[in-house]
Amino acid sequence: MTGDLVPFSWNLITDLRTMWEFGFMRNAFEAGTIISIVAGIIGYFVIIRRSAFATHALGHVGFSGAAAAVLLGVNPVYGLLLFTSTGATGMALLGPRAANRDIEIGTVLAFMLGLGLLFISLYNGYATEAYSILFGEILGISDSGVLFTLEASAVVLVVIALIYRRLLFASLDEDVAEAKGMPMLALGLTFMLLLAVAISIAVQVIGVLLIFALMVTPAAVAVRLTRRPLYAVLVSIAVALFATWVGLFVQFYAQYPASFFIVTIAFSVYLVVRVGQAISARFVRRGLPSPPVKALGG
Amino acid sequence: MRAEHLEVGYRGKVVWQDATLDVRRGEFVAVIGPNGAGKTTLFRLLLGLQHPMAGSLTVFGATPRRGNSRIGYVPQRHTIDNDTHVAAETLVRLGVSGTKWGPGLSIRPEREAAAGALRAVGAAELGPKPLGTLSGGELQRVFLAEALVGNPEMLLLDEPLSNLDLRRSRELVEVIHGLVQTRHVTTLLVAHDINPLIQCLDKVIYIANGNVATGAPEEVLTSASLSELYGVPVEVLHDSRDNIVIVGGEDPHGGENG
Repeated sequence: MTGDLVPFSWNLITDLRTMWEFGFMRNAFEAGTIISIVAGIIGYFVIIRRSAFATHALGHVGFSGAAAAVLLGVNPVYGLLLFTSTGATGMALLGPRAANRDIEIGTVLAFMLGLGLLFISLYNGYATEAYSILFGEILGISDSGVLFTLEASAVVLVVIALIYRRLLFASLDEDVAEAKGMPMLALGLTFMLLLAVAISIAVQVIGVLLIFALMVTPAAVAVRLTRRPLYAVLVSIAVALFATWVGLFVQFYAQYPASFFIVTIAFSVYLVVRVGQAISARFVRRGLPSPPVKALGG
Repeated sequence: MRAEHLEVGYRGKVVWQDATLDVRRGEFVAVIGPNGAGKTTLFRLLLGLQHPMAGSLTVFGATPRRGNSRIGYVPQRHTIDNDTHVAAETLVRLGVSGTKWGPGLSIRPEREAAAGALRAVGAAELGPKPLGTLSGGELQRVFLAEALVGNPEMLLLDEPLSNLDLRRSRELVEVIHGLVQTRHVTTLLVAHDINPLIQCLDKVIYIANGNVATGAPEEVLTSASLSELYGVPVEVLHDSRDNIVIVGGEDPHGGENG
């Protein structure tokens, strides 16, 4: 967007200094960094709890919330928070085994998307509002927006640090955790509310339709690279940060939306890891007997 | 563990009744019976996840409560998917640290406990492997280590042998029997085939037809005792290698060996 004014140089430090002279770029980097950290951590639990579809659905539920807020002249993030937390609570109360409720969740999310469309059109049609909720508007984050993102993220990080091991146990081994006296419903509800907050702030960067790129893709890369949860969380954060930073950097010189670059970089990392592993698996298998067949499941 | 005139069921429907059981410290007990007879229900009662409809039940001299750290539990058919990339050691460690608050930054004692538990079940080399790549027998060892890591005094194992072939079943039974003998951990094991176990058992709890019979294997596994339990004539046959086949029950088990 500003590429016409500021030429790219190969001295990346100078480039960063130049872009940080713009307030909106500073805000974008700050908010993007905070959100990538939160999304990286929450994303790991989304993967091990198999909540990817719930994440997708909460994004859509958030769309109608944001649209309602726009209609009422309130900051969209409050509408997002209200609607996603309500949706998250509903899903958590449906039961810890809500993973198989694709049809019900899908039905509700389609309705919510339609509702959002109505709110936006009632607002008398600035399509840009809908556009920025759907696809993110990282360059439009204000100083107060950064502050709010920081506060909300701090809450998420403190809570996740507190319940980290319990949530891990409840996610990986539900039956044993329950027998050991873990409050499964409370843990599930807490996680869904954290997810709702994370989605609400991540929508600013990436939009409801592209939420997967920050909330799921980095963690999906991480679980393929390491078997230890703590390392996986760190890798997940690193991938999210990489996508956000490089995406922001590139869009400063290119004429295309930041969301596009962030999504593309996250996807590229995922692709490289998948292809790399497929190739290395083939090489390994050539010399070794085939792996043991798993006898669970039936 | 002690039960007197125990009656259990779901939503007002009685599953089994009038069970009087007594399991002492360090005993190896098999819980046997057809599918749906209520074997897992006994475990749910002991874990405090469900309450009896009548009668009394005590574990370590007290009413069962959820979260009793003196009990280690391996549920039936753990939900571990093929694409679970988490290391086996992580799961075992959660057996001791999974109920704690905080992120757990100083983890050396937990790691050592996990390594010790994996060694105790003969699975030290499985620690770094992802759960999704383990075979059925390997998984059962890892689950056993997870239950063992908190040094429980009682182990409840629900169908650990159900997906294993005969050789792997025998290997796992040997591991479990070794634990019973060296650690004096009271072990209740739900199975539908008693043959891989029969040499090591101290006691059998046989649940069928809403009734429960208990005693030494040679007392319970007789034509007379099982006929009374099922309420229809049942015959217990022995082969040349001491394997048994039960004929005439609703769900004739032991058929694989007979």
